[in-house]
Amino acid sequence: MAHGHKSNEKVVFVGDSRVRKKTKTGPSVPPDYSSYPGKSEAFIPNFLLKEWMVGVVVLVGFLVLTISEAAPLGYPADPTNAAFIPMPDWYFLFLYQFLKLQYVSKDYVVLGTVGVPGIAFGALLLAPFLDTGKERRFYRRPITSLLMIMALVSCFWLTKQSWDHYQHELEITNTIPEHILREEKAEEAAKKAAESGGGGEAAEVEVPLVDKDDPAVELTKKAQCVACHGADLKGNESSGIPSFHGIGDEYSKEDLVDIVTNGKNNMPPFKDKLTAEEIDQLATWLAKQKKPE
Amino acid sequence: MLKGVYNWIDERLDITPMWRDVADHEVPEHVNPAHHFSAFVYCFGGLTFFITVIQILSGMFLTMYFVPDIINAYKSVDYLQHKVAFGGIVRGMHHWGASLVIVMMFLHTLRVFFTGSYKAPREMNWVVGMLIFFIMLGLGFTGYLLPWDNKAYFATKVGIQIAESVPYIGTYIKELMQGGEIVGAETLTRFFAIHVFFLPGALLALLAAHFFMIRKQGISGPL
Repeated sequence: MAHGHKSNEKVVFVGDSRVRKKTKTGPSVPPDYSSYPGKSEAFIPNFLLKEWMVGVVVLVGFLVLTISEAAPLGYPADPTNAAFIPMPDWYFLFLYQFLKLQYVSKDYVVLGTVGVPGIAFGALLLAPFLDTGKERRFYRRPITSLLMIMALVSCFWLTKQSWDHYQHELEITNTIPEHILREEKAEEAAKKAAESGGGGEAAEVEVPLVDKDDPAVELTKKAQCVACHGADLKGNESSGIPSFHGIGDEYSKEDLVDIVTNGKNNMPPFKDKLTAEEIDQLATWLAKQKKPE
Repeated sequence: MLKGVYNWIDERLDITPMWRDVADHEVPEHVNPAHHFSAFVYCFGGLTFFITVIQILSGMFLTMYFVPDIINAYKSVDYLQHKVAFGGIVRGMHHWGASLVIVMMFLHTLRVFFTGSYKAPREMNWVVGMLIFFIMLGLGFTGYLLPWDNKAYFATKVGIQIAESVPYIGTYIKELMQGGEIVGAETLTRFFAIHVFFLPGALLALLAAHFFMIRKQGISGPL
């Protein structure tokens, strides 16, 4: 708005735009550089080269990020996995957290999914028709600017809340996000493969169960071990449920008695469901589960 | 030689006016970061387009390996990530680019908002820009499911649950998105088609309208 229209200008524009005001006389003359004050320059190549400089800075940052942080990949989708904590991508977190607030969830969920976002995004979409004043500077239109700033602050706040909540949940359930767990496991396996001199990545070898006919196997069914650790007793790696195969390499018999009796992490104690002898029998069998030499 | 080719085409198609429109128009001083450093805020729109181009190119390469079915989707992404030469880089560009495009678009929107550039006569361009914003969010949502890992599966499940809570049409939206009773094989093919054909098509059309209007109206004047 820095320059007004002089009556002797060849072309007269609508506001500050390049849309020509309809005049009855004269041929249509393309707008020339003189319609803008200062040092204007051609788009290609002059200006684009300068914008490209900004682009290069962004591109370098982007490529550094891409090379240093691999795109995450967890474990294959498993609809029966009840322990997984669902998380949308970060730019949806504000909406996700918003829907957990008291008066926009449960009975009022329509207000949360349609009402408030509908009004907010509707207002944003129709902003030019709501804020119709001629003034462009943000500090001269305080209501519009304040509404936007408030919306921004709430979005940032909700996003942070959501993230903190997620971190807290990870902590109390003792969960490592899958894509990190998977990467760690892959690294470990690669290291092991390198140590044993074996080429290739086939470090995962199936460990067979020892003493499959032991009466303790019946106990795993009776005590409902199989409900979590699976009918094949291989656990569920992505939920942090360990496999029984080779468990004897990780725990001694005493450890196993303690775990079965008192529980561990998400595993409940079994002292009420099994007798001490049964636990002993089970732990003896579990301790025998070692990798074949 | 090049000049000869240009003249040969120009004689037949008269492309000079087109070139004038695309390239040879004035850019005013107040948006030029070479003259005013703070004018870099005017670059966010161009950067959004730049990242969008990266997204389209990297996405095109990803579809060479990706298989949209529930048995092979995860395996194909795993293969692409760990076995294909530079596959991890291309997937990384697409993954991080998706976030970056949102960031850039967000900053661009804020610049337009706080400079009041959406005001008359540019109302239509703002509306088209907001539609582009929604399309981008849609691309983010549908793309999230495609690797078919637990994170993808459960986020989509929750997302569809949220859509289902819309009164009257909720169940229809849910069925439309899922393509069936559950989040499963049909959801994946559906999301793939939406992510790769429907939304990019709409995006390109809206971008064309966005750019056409900028050229027609010019950039908003200095404050």
